[in-house]
Amino acid sequence: MTEIDLDSVSIRELNQALHDLKPDTNQTHWKARNPRGKHALAVGLEVPVTIEIDGHVGYYCGGMNKEASIVINGQCGWGVGENIMSGTIRVKGNASESAAASGHGGLVIIEGDASSRCGISMKGVDIVVLGSVGHMSAFMGQSGRLVVLGDADEDLGSSLYEAEIYVRGNVASLGADCEEKEMTEEHRAALGELLARAEVDVDPASFKRFGSARKLYHFHVDHADAY
Amino acid sequence: MTVDPRSLRASATFPPEVIHEIQRASDEGIYDIRGFGAKRRLPSFDDLVFLGASMSRYPLEGYRERCDTDVVLGTRFAKKPLHLKIPVTIAGMSFGSLGPHAKTAIGKAATAMGTTSTTGDGGMSEEERSSSSTLVYQVLPSRYGLNPDDLRRADAIEIVVGQGAKPGGGGMLLGLKMNPRVAKMRDLPPGVDQRSASRHPDWTGPDDLAIKIQEIREITDWEKPIYIKIGATRTQYDTALAVKSGADVIVLDGMQGGTAATQHVFIEHVGIPTLPAVRLAAEQLREMDMHRKVQLIVSGGIRNGADAAKALALGADAVSIGTAALIALGCNRPAYESDYEALGTRPGFCHHCHTGKCPVGVTTQDPALEARLDPERDARRLRNFLSVMVMEMQTIARACGKSHLLNLEPEDLAALTVEAAAMARLPLAGTTWIPGS
Repeated sequence: MTEIDLDSVSIRELNQALHDLKPDTNQTHWKARNPRGKHALAVGLEVPVTIEIDGHVGYYCGGMNKEASIVINGQCGWGVGENIMSGTIRVKGNASESAAASGHGGLVIIEGDASSRCGISMKGVDIVVLGSVGHMSAFMGQSGRLVVLGDADEDLGSSLYEAEIYVRGNVASLGADCEEKEMTEEHRAALGELLARAEVDVDPASFKRFGSARKLYHFHVDHADAY
Repeated sequence: MTVDPRSLRASATFPPEVIHEIQRASDEGIYDIRGFGAKRRLPSFDDLVFLGASMSRYPLEGYRERCDTDVVLGTRFAKKPLHLKIPVTIAGMSFGSLGPHAKTAIGKAATAMGTTSTTGDGGMSEEERSSSSTLVYQVLPSRYGLNPDDLRRADAIEIVVGQGAKPGGGGMLLGLKMNPRVAKMRDLPPGVDQRSASRHPDWTGPDDLAIKIQEIREITDWEKPIYIKIGATRTQYDTALAVKSGADVIVLDGMQGGTAATQHVFIEHVGIPTLPAVRLAAEQLREMDMHRKVQLIVSGGIRNGADAAKALALGADAVSIGTAALIALGCNRPAYESDYEALGTRPGFCHHCHTGKCPVGVTTQDPALEARLDPERDARRLRNFLSVMVMEMQTIARACGKSHLLNLEPEDLAALTVEAAAMARLPLAGTTWIPGS
């Protein structure tokens, strides 16, 4: 294991060291201590290594991740895993605004709560939140899945495209063009598989499914009050 | 009984085009969406003139004495700043609004001239990456197609906060142009009317943007110049905040800037013209002692070398052209007139980029229409146009006694109208009067 003390190693040095790794590197397990809320930690990774960060991180931790597995043993600031392409990010604490924003793939697991706009603009990422999510989560979500074991605050899935949302608790309100959908056996099976990947032991049948009503896909005068 | 034309009294408040628009709105129940930029008369660079050399100034010999044109962009923080041969770049336009032939032609022309072209709201196409030797990659609120591989293979990164045609508005691509390839690049269902976000999903204000820029620099190992593009509105504050956020380059787009599809009301009524905007930005940069340290690229209605030279004299480091570049490629060229008529327009008036039925094959994804744009022939046209622009700029600069285009200065200019004098803070020609001073 390669250990990094962020009290003595700069963010630039850490990221450069991670960017310099070849896909067949032997340094497959990294641990960073003392992040102290610093921003842009472990961003732009491209190789299948594991990096654990012990402590709280600032904005955009794991941004644009490809292949790597990142574990944050703490809370995280805005945009954890923003634009993630692949790989896995697991947050052992809570996540602030815009977790996994515009994520194109991969899996983001938040063991605590996620603040507002979790999964905003999502484009293929799978997000599993063991706690609750704030308002306007999955806003303009295009594809991928947002799974919430707790509650969802107001305007869930507003202006949704083809992202799917699963909520186990209460939904304060649905956003524009978001509606509850039938939960079929196929959906339960796929959700069960995702929960298993996230290592969450919950019955998929206990979730409600939400998706786009597709009424705002084309301009229409009679939908003007929804725009 | 015939109508005596002298008895027809048109209304200044309700001229025929206004009556037509009210009736169209009442028929269709939706605002007018169109391409192109603002069409109404605005104070512009036409309202300025250069004060050529005479007794008190010494001109340079045309064709014999050098007048250099190169510019370096991104000198503030980037490890690899861009060295351009000319201070005219090609503005961001999306793959989707433009077809692959147009993107290829633009890339080839830009490469031949030693300048940059720019991606748009829809990601980086292979055509533009392979044809353009120096490519600027836009990071937009929609984040369509955004990925770290393209970020790394770009030569500079432009964070788009807004554009001149619609400051405060997001992109728009009507379903007519959302074909399977474009839809796949954007991860949208084919055929939907795409309305992009107007705000970025993971930052809100300049304090957050500074951190966002830090993240992008970290991902790209601090190599790439980072631009911030703003639509011209509260330009003095936006310029200061862009500097504070850590931009290497500011791209400032005035309200004459074009669009592939936006509400007419937005195009004509939101934002300020390029003329006052460039002065506001340059003034702010000078006040912060950042002029020439953070480079300023100005766009929005730049049509020729005179416009570009005036922008540079007011303080820009470079200009960017979009609509003029498309016109050079064939936009509004008098050909295929029946196709213009089918769109309800004529060459010279067309703004139907939003329909995807561009008669000359520029703003379309239709293979039959696109075939009308020959990437080699039309790259040559755009290259010619860029070359003419630069020669025009050099002509003016030499006449003002400047051995480099960037040596042009406000002192070389006078204003022809009171409003231009006030907006550009230049003396009204023949006087020493600068309104407001």
